[in-house]
Amino acid sequence: MAQTAGTQTQTQTQSSDAPGLLQGYDPDAFFCEMLRNGQPPHPGLELLRSRLAQFPIDTLRRRAVDAERDLLERGITFTVYSDATAIDRILPFDLIPRVITAAEWQQIETGVIQRVRALNLFLHDIYHGQKILADGVVPRALVLGNAGFCATMVGFDVPFGTYVHVCGTDIVRDETGRFMVLEDNARTPSGVAYVVENRHMTQRVLSDVMAGLKVRGVDEYGLHLHRALCEIAPPGVSDPQVVLLSPGIFNSAYFEHVFLAREMGVPLVEGRDLVVENHRVFMHTTAGLAPVHSIYRRLNDDFLDPDVFRPDSALGVRGVIEAWRRGNVAIANAVGTGVADDKAVYAYMPRIIRYYLAEDAILPNVDTRICAEADALAYTLEHLAELVVKPVAESGGYGILIGPHATRAQLAEFRARLIADPTNYISQPTLKLSVSPTLTDSGVAPRHVDLRPFAVTGRDTWVLPGGLTRVALRQGTLVVNSSQGGGSKDTWVLA
Amino acid sequence: MSETLPVTGTMHLIARHAASAVWLARYIERIENLARLLDVTKTFSDDDGNWLTILRINGDAVGFHKRYPDVSQANVARFYLLDADNSSSVQAAIAAAKENARTLRALISTEMWLQINVFHGRIRTLSGGDLTPDRLSAVCAMLKDGAQAHVGISEGTFYRDQCWHFTMIGRYLERADQTTRLLDTRFNALAPRADANDPDIDAGKWHALLRAAGGYHAYRREHPHGYRPAEVAGFLLANTAFPRAVALNLAQIDWHLTQLRLRYHLRGGARALERVDNLCGILTHEGVADLVARGLSPFLDWMQREIGALHGDVIDGLCGG
Repeated sequence: MAQTAGTQTQTQTQSSDAPGLLQGYDPDAFFCEMLRNGQPPHPGLELLRSRLAQFPIDTLRRRAVDAERDLLERGITFTVYSDATAIDRILPFDLIPRVITAAEWQQIETGVIQRVRALNLFLHDIYHGQKILADGVVPRALVLGNAGFCATMVGFDVPFGTYVHVCGTDIVRDETGRFMVLEDNARTPSGVAYVVENRHMTQRVLSDVMAGLKVRGVDEYGLHLHRALCEIAPPGVSDPQVVLLSPGIFNSAYFEHVFLAREMGVPLVEGRDLVVENHRVFMHTTAGLAPVHSIYRRLNDDFLDPDVFRPDSALGVRGVIEAWRRGNVAIANAVGTGVADDKAVYAYMPRIIRYYLAEDAILPNVDTRICAEADALAYTLEHLAELVVKPVAESGGYGILIGPHATRAQLAEFRARLIADPTNYISQPTLKLSVSPTLTDSGVAPRHVDLRPFAVTGRDTWVLPGGLTRVALRQGTLVVNSSQGGGSKDTWVLA
Repeated sequence: MSETLPVTGTMHLIARHAASAVWLARYIERIENLARLLDVTKTFSDDDGNWLTILRINGDAVGFHKRYPDVSQANVARFYLLDADNSSSVQAAIAAAKENARTLRALISTEMWLQINVFHGRIRTLSGGDLTPDRLSAVCAMLKDGAQAHVGISEGTFYRDQCWHFTMIGRYLERADQTTRLLDTRFNALAPRADANDPDIDAGKWHALLRAAGGYHAYRREHPHGYRPAEVAGFLLANTAFPRAVALNLAQIDWHLTQLRLRYHLRGGARALERVDNLCGILTHEGVADLVARGLSPFLDWMQREIGALHGDVIDGLCGG
């Protein structure tokens, strides 16, 4: 506490002189993650703001250039292939961190844990008794007719009822600073490697700004993931062999697969390295076949097993699903979780949480309309120019209409598409996403951010303190996906 | 080094990764060898005939003539330094090295990956301006530096479990192969059988041969009096102290294969071990002197095939084929 008082005094004496990073910075009507207008003062944030206020922008630019080169040289990249040429691209990294206070984190952490519990209970239910459908809480057709619903999973029990072992929950804030869930990612969410690498980058190039602030560490992710994968391994195996199953070096998220395999100290395998014999999974090693007990797969359901899914898949492992069903191997995430993170099912999440847990959602949804419902469609068509309309079965920010940014022609074209296939769309109000000061060509400016915390679940759920803060680098852009020109920031959860 | 260091862990190595480890080391080593050859040829060549020799060493003469009109320094340098379509160019080698390193990225040290990544970027930016006579030596030095930095960083940071052993096997296989090729193309030109013991042969060319192998000074220490074909061949084939001598490299492969068998209980290396033992038995100084007297060329051809077969034994027996 004495230390806190000292830093506050320092703030007052320093912030009065020297034009720094935040000079002329104006978040306008948006909630700013750094200035937090209207919130009571927070000593950690005060200290950080005072340091940024002192920080010369040329120094920041120079360090940003260093950081970018460092990312490229270290190969902290995603790889784009064109004409058989591999191009390594970095996810642009903005040095100015995004801060989450302890109180805010408390809400996010409990909210995410609650949501993961509800997702797992929902998945168990729809693949067993289907009570939630019988009770009419979620429309039967929406679940059973969903492309993500997997008939193979019906009646099959997974350890601890955990289907979603790794969950990435996309969270945004509105202009009042209220947290809302935008999307659940319950299949094979990516991005956690950047959380850790961004922190290491901050520690390399911005340690002076970070010094003395109590920022929670992010280095334990691999340990928790490995523990969860051991917990779900077949019973009776004393030292389970865990592997990470990747589509291979051509996958754009390959760096993350490398990162996670290394953090867990487990082999990074491809489908061709695994073989199923007598419904048991083995890997081809230099000593011959060695048993595999737990698979963290970063391969979509479709490609996992040509016996069950796409017969043309060369990336998967023939027979692995049957080995799993017989309890001889664990697979994380479970197959068939896509039905739970579907954008249409998302709309029902507050009701799903209430149904299974008898609790209100700690993290509310964004107000969402399901265009399959007649009045919702009518409303959406009427307010098309104000709304964000999303196809339900897509990911990566493609095929989205952002009404206020669309031209008359784009609106007309989208209207026709929506009328032709309304069940494929949901609509949401255009959000005034929160902003965070970000280095741009024209100085430090507000840019929209979101947050993807990562939850790991075996027996219990653990949430990595932090998460991937994605930032829309272009002015005014609301889409923050890395596949759409977004960047990222280090996320500091204050202790 | 003890014959029986205790096993440090039970971590399995994916067979495909073992193959990648062998290839990673071979490609990096190939870059260094190519740089040595180009540099020595540039420095010590008095006519374009020597540039043809490089093409012969690598078995590239046919492929070269399909796309280049004549054998000149500029064309050969372009063929090996810039031409990504040439599978034995440094461009192809660094791309393949990086791809194998990418495959092994969870196993090699981050320093190794970083260096290969930067080295790759450096080689990719080579351009026509780097091929001029005044720049070529600097480019070769850069390539040697990069390859040697890889070896040094590996030595200091690479965890010495199975994967390391396979990398070392790859490195020594490539060195043995390159030395055999080098000797094969140069030796006949320098030592036609009738003159085999003629001390008046072109000293400059022996000098260049030993330079290309990086063994000139070491050879001088062993043999201070001029050049004798049998001694040069013996030095490059049977010496057990010179880093690029075939016998030393085979002995080191033997040691690594033995470690894999003893420490990791890998049974699939038996054929490879048998072949190495056989080759080591042949590569004595006395044996080489006999071979020189009878004509070295058929032996070197056979040796190259044996080294290729040894690579095959390692891959088939231990790396899943």
